[in-house]
Amino acid sequence: MTTTSWGVPLRERRVDATMSGVKGRVLVVDDDTALAEMLGIVLRTEGFEPVFCADGAKALAAFRESKPDLVLLDLMLPGRDGIDVCRSIRAESGVPIVMLTAKTDTVDVVLGLESGADDYVVKPFKPKELVARVRTRLRRTDQPSPETLTIGDLQIDVAGHSVKRDGEPIPLTPLEFDLLAALARKPWQVFTREILLQEVWGYRHAADTRLVNVHVQRLRSKIEHDPERPQIVVTVRGVGYKAGPP
Amino acid sequence: MSSPSDPRPGRGAAVPPAPDLDLSAIVRSPLHAWRSSVSLRVVATTLALSLLVAGLVGWLLVGRITSGLLDAKERASVAEAASGAADAQRQLDAAYTGPQTRSASVIVDNLMSGLALRAGGSPRLYEVVLLASPPKRGDTPERATSDVAESSVPTELRTAVATDQRQSWTYTEIRFTDGTTMPGLVVGSPITLPSAGNPPMELYFLFPLTQEQTTLDLVRRTVLLVGIVLVITLGVIAYVVTRQVVSPVRQAARTAQRFSDGLLTERMRVRGEDDLAKLATSFNAMAGNLQEQITRLEALSRVQQRFVSDVSHELRTPLTTVRMAADMLYEGRDEFDAATARSAELLQNQLDRFESLLADLLEISRFDAGAAVLDPDPVDLRAMVERVVESAAPLAERKQTEVVVAAPDGPCIAEVDARRIDRVLRNLVMNAIEHGEGRPVDITIGGNEEAVAVTVRDHGVGLRPGESSLVFNRFWRADPARARTIGGTGLGLSIALEDARLHGGWLQAWGAPGDGASFRLTLPRTVHGSMSESPLPLEPTDAGPRVQASLASPYAGPRREEAAK
Repeated sequence: MTTTSWGVPLRERRVDATMSGVKGRVLVVDDDTALAEMLGIVLRTEGFEPVFCADGAKALAAFRESKPDLVLLDLMLPGRDGIDVCRSIRAESGVPIVMLTAKTDTVDVVLGLESGADDYVVKPFKPKELVARVRTRLRRTDQPSPETLTIGDLQIDVAGHSVKRDGEPIPLTPLEFDLLAALARKPWQVFTREILLQEVWGYRHAADTRLVNVHVQRLRSKIEHDPERPQIVVTVRGVGYKAGPP
Repeated sequence: MSSPSDPRPGRGAAVPPAPDLDLSAIVRSPLHAWRSSVSLRVVATTLALSLLVAGLVGWLLVGRITSGLLDAKERASVAEAASGAADAQRQLDAAYTGPQTRSASVIVDNLMSGLALRAGGSPRLYEVVLLASPPKRGDTPERATSDVAESSVPTELRTAVATDQRQSWTYTEIRFTDGTTMPGLVVGSPITLPSAGNPPMELYFLFPLTQEQTTLDLVRRTVLLVGIVLVITLGVIAYVVTRQVVSPVRQAARTAQRFSDGLLTERMRVRGEDDLAKLATSFNAMAGNLQEQITRLEALSRVQQRFVSDVSHELRTPLTTVRMAADMLYEGRDEFDAATARSAELLQNQLDRFESLLADLLEISRFDAGAAVLDPDPVDLRAMVERVVESAAPLAERKQTEVVVAAPDGPCIAEVDARRIDRVLRNLVMNAIEHGEGRPVDITIGGNEEAVAVTVRDHGVGLRPGESSLVFNRFWRADPARARTIGGTGLGLSIALEDARLHGGWLQAWGAPGDGASFRLTLPRTVHGSMSESPLPLEPTDAGPRVQASLASPYAGPRREEAAK
């Protein structure tokens, strides 16, 4: 697998998984064997295929080998810090990562999100909550409409799942792609963080707006000419975000 | 993550230097410059006092020199005039007792030339004026040397000489017929012309004081110049001396400021062994002790934070497994026998309770360990309240309670940690609905330049006197006998208070028996911005006046506002 164009193999794998009748393969990286086993039971009940890894140091190898559709990652791991694992997985893949964390402190959560996690679940969580998170992250638009969106000087091919600037593709994770596409679809609308949480993360009730803040920052660092003075994803003070003028 | 070496990141260490006789600043705000600069005060005071002293000394000096100079001149002039007058009288007497009596005018002419000779050449020592005393008789001759005008002799002097018939003198302005004047002393003596009828005459000697005037002018100028130089020198000296004292004090102030901003390694330079060096040494010793204490406390706090974090993790991981297992059992309870099914239900419910209790306990210990961090963002409070009310709708429906929100038309934006303030508002609204006994719950939002506020008011049983200070206590319950419907942990308001405090805001309670309770959350527009008063009153306006308001908030809020009510 190459490190630059990981958006495409991800889609191919998903097609494989759907064809094999399994909802998706989930890599569970957790050192607590009881919890891992319990997670396995819940995931299997919901029709997912769990793969386990109890050691942070071996997590990357397990990831490469199992090629999961989603990673459930405990932030506190022996061997290697969950944050590190998250970073190295993110460095070579856009696969959705959901953190399991016992910490709700801003620094911990933000650090996890900044290292590349798409979403997080705070322990103790309910099985339904976890499954909902996993499903949302695996959910793709069922019938990708062949639409082409423009935001700033970027062209978004929704069906082809690619973002290009002057013909040059910009690699985005699926989450970042969804975020950008949501903004680009309604360039006249100011999106509050809550609406974005609903549309992109699938939270029905108010959730942690830090998710939005961190991922907007990550998205900006990839698409903006000057992330300090964003032109494409513009902040509307006190309200939220909107697409910049083309 | 904040590094241990910098305990309070974000607080700038840049301290503006104290004003140092900055002239433009003095012009811009004289009162402020006066208040804030010791140098300016000392220099200005020195200047004012030395100006006073120099003026006084100069005035005395000039006065003494003037009177000294004039006294000598006066004595010499009066003596000279007396002898001159006596000579003249003798000359006149001799002229009339002689064998041929000449006409009066010739005699007088002779007398005048004699007097002129006596006065010396150019410049003359004095001028002479001979006048006839009134009433003047027709042919009595009057004379004056070198065109001196008769008006040089003041009328008062003439009266004095003519009536008292003795020598008198005064200062005057000598006028010449060509219009020039000079300061002078005029001495008048009565003489008689021994001609027909002995008409009384007055002989005036006018001594010019030009020389004395020049000397006095010189003295005055010199005194003035010396005075000015002295005052300026004193001002400069005062400035230099104050600087010597003030500079180290200012340095101390700057160092203390930086120290209090968290730069704990900041120390003063010790130079010499004087009082200022002692100040610096003591300051440094104090700073050293403080640094040691703070470092120790920080280490302690870090250990505690670490402990809380570890406990949190260690407890949560097994709890997660238990939670998930319980959920699996609960989902499948239909297949169990009645007792096992009920057990699964109880397990499930109590796990919920246990979980929220644990979450609240951990939250409280995070506050206690000082590990709570603010994550502020500009947020419109109206939208937040709307969401909270929305999420409280199921409970409100169950309690058949109407929730009324009164919000201003404009946005109510403040920099807050959305997660925390959402939690505070949720807690207040849920509490109000729970204790509102089905009567409406009023939520009011307001804002001013400095702060935003939300009050949540219920019309339930209210609080007994003194209870409004207790509601924020951990595990406090209004009525232990009453069942709780939302299963609060008893920590909600304590956490809410800590959350408000973390923002630099206030959370206050008001309550009256039978009149319900009101909670007011006031937050600064910017994190830790200053607030002087809340935009909303704590005590509801519809509260009956007979009700004794039990208003207190021992933890937060301005004391004077309470005193005002």
